[in-house]
Formats: sequence, C-alpha cells, structure tokens
Amino acid sequence: MIRHAISNLNGWLSILAIVLASSAGDVLLSRAMKQIGDLGLLRARRGLIFVGLLVLRNRYFLIGVGCMAVAFYSLLFGLSWNDVSLIGPAAASLTFVANAIAARIFLHEHVDHRRWAAALLVGAGVVLMAL
Amino acid sequence: MNLRKYLVLAGVSVFAPVGDSLLSYGMKQVGNISLGDFSTLLLAITNPWVGLGIVLLLGFFASYMTALSWADLTYVLPASSLGYVLLAFIARFALHERVSVTRWLGIALVSSGVGFVTSGPEVSRRPPPRARNDAAMEPS
Repeated sequence: MIRHAISNLNGWLSILAIVLASSAGDVLLSRAMKQIGDLGLLRARRGLIFVGLLVLRNRYFLIGVGCMAVAFYSLLFGLSWNDVSLIGPAAASLTFVANAIAARIFLHEHVDHRRWAAALLVGAGVVLMAL
Repeated sequence: MNLRKYLVLAGVSVFAPVGDSLLSYGMKQVGNISLGDFSTLLLAITNPWVGLGIVLLLGFFASYMTALSWADLTYVLPASSLGYVLLAFIARFALHERVSVTRWLGIALVSSGVGFVTSGPEVSRRPPPRARNDAAMEPS
C-alpha cells in the first residue's frame, strides 16, 4: 500500500519535471530551427555536414538540448517507478498543453481556436488516463 | 504539405513510442531507482534495451528537428501524437501492461485533438528570412 503510494508520487513528480524541462526545451529548439530554416532544403543545397555545424553552433539549440537531457533522465526515473502507458502519454500530453501556452508567449505563434480545442481535448484525455 | 514532410511526421510518431517502450522494458530490468542513487541512473544507459531505445529516440530527435524547421511547435507536437495510440498497443501487447478502458478513452481523446489540429495549416506566421541567418551562422 505504502509502496504503491510512493510509486504513484514518484511517477507524478517525474511527470511534472518532464513537462517543465521538456516545454522549455521544445520552445528553445523550435526557436533554433526557425532561425536556421528548412533543414531538408538546406541539406540538399549545402550538405549534411554544413547543416550539422549550423545546428550545433546555435546557442538556443544547445540550451534546448540541455533541457531535453533533464527531461530524459526524469523520464528514466519515472519509468522505473510506473507504467509507460501512464508516464509516456501523461507527460507528453501535459507538455503539449504547456507548449501551446509557451509557444503563444515566447514564439508568438498564432494559437487559434482549433489549436486551443486540441489542447482541451488532450488535457481531458490526460485526466482520463490518470483516473 | 508534401510526401517528404508527411514522412518526417511519421518518423516523429513512430520513433518516439517505440523508443519509449524499449526504455521502459530496459528500466524494468534495471529496477527501481531512488533519487539518491544517481550513479545507477547514469549507468542505466548501459542496459542494451535502454541503449537501443536511445538510438531510436535519436532518430525521433532528428525527425523532430526537421519538422520544427518548417512547421509551428503547436502543429508538430499534436500532429505527431498519433504515436500514443501505437504506444498503448505496444504497452498492452508487447510489454503486457494493463491498459484500462479509461486509459483507452483518454488516448482516444488525445487522438481526437490530433485530428483537430492537423486539419489546419502547419505554419501560423512566416519565419525570418533564411538568407540573413545563413550569413550570420556560416561555419568557418
């Protein structure tokens, strides 16, 4: 009983850590990629090495990868305590809702009614998955 | 949207759930890790299933970066969420985890959200001119 409670607590703590670190990482990586441009076209025009160097020299990319590393180890921690069918969808779906807010604020994306509706559907899905 | 872009989104959708599932399988072999046992957490990547999971997640990362270079973050994330359905099937039939009816309903709602957002455009505003950034970030 106590072990089950600890397992659930650790699972949800890891989900919180994944959401925060992953959202920060997603926003930073998105900003980096928007700065660089279409990777497929650049690779066709200038080659893979050029694109690799371009990406690795972008500071938003490097900080974003750092955030993703924190999210990754939080995921490993969570998976050692709870099922992948809870940790995976719950963390990723909550990250999606957090990203919709962060993208509007930090990336100035136009999050229209369609995208907000999608956020609500995903949020409701997360609640059901947690029951 | 063209075939190349759909393939990139498919890569994001497939690599992530399969990689996560391999990580889950590997971490179950490693066992429970406490917060104070950080060295075991770092050494977990030496487990072959965890290692293979990481390779697939690198494939996911490459696809994800490519998708973010031509589409909004608020488009890429939900558009690639169909992987959760795949994840549920893997959890149920390959990892033999119990997936309740309520969780299946939750996954169905997530999938509905995906359908909602993918019916719209992938970019809501124009990215900055590429030429300016090419010049600024030219590798020496």
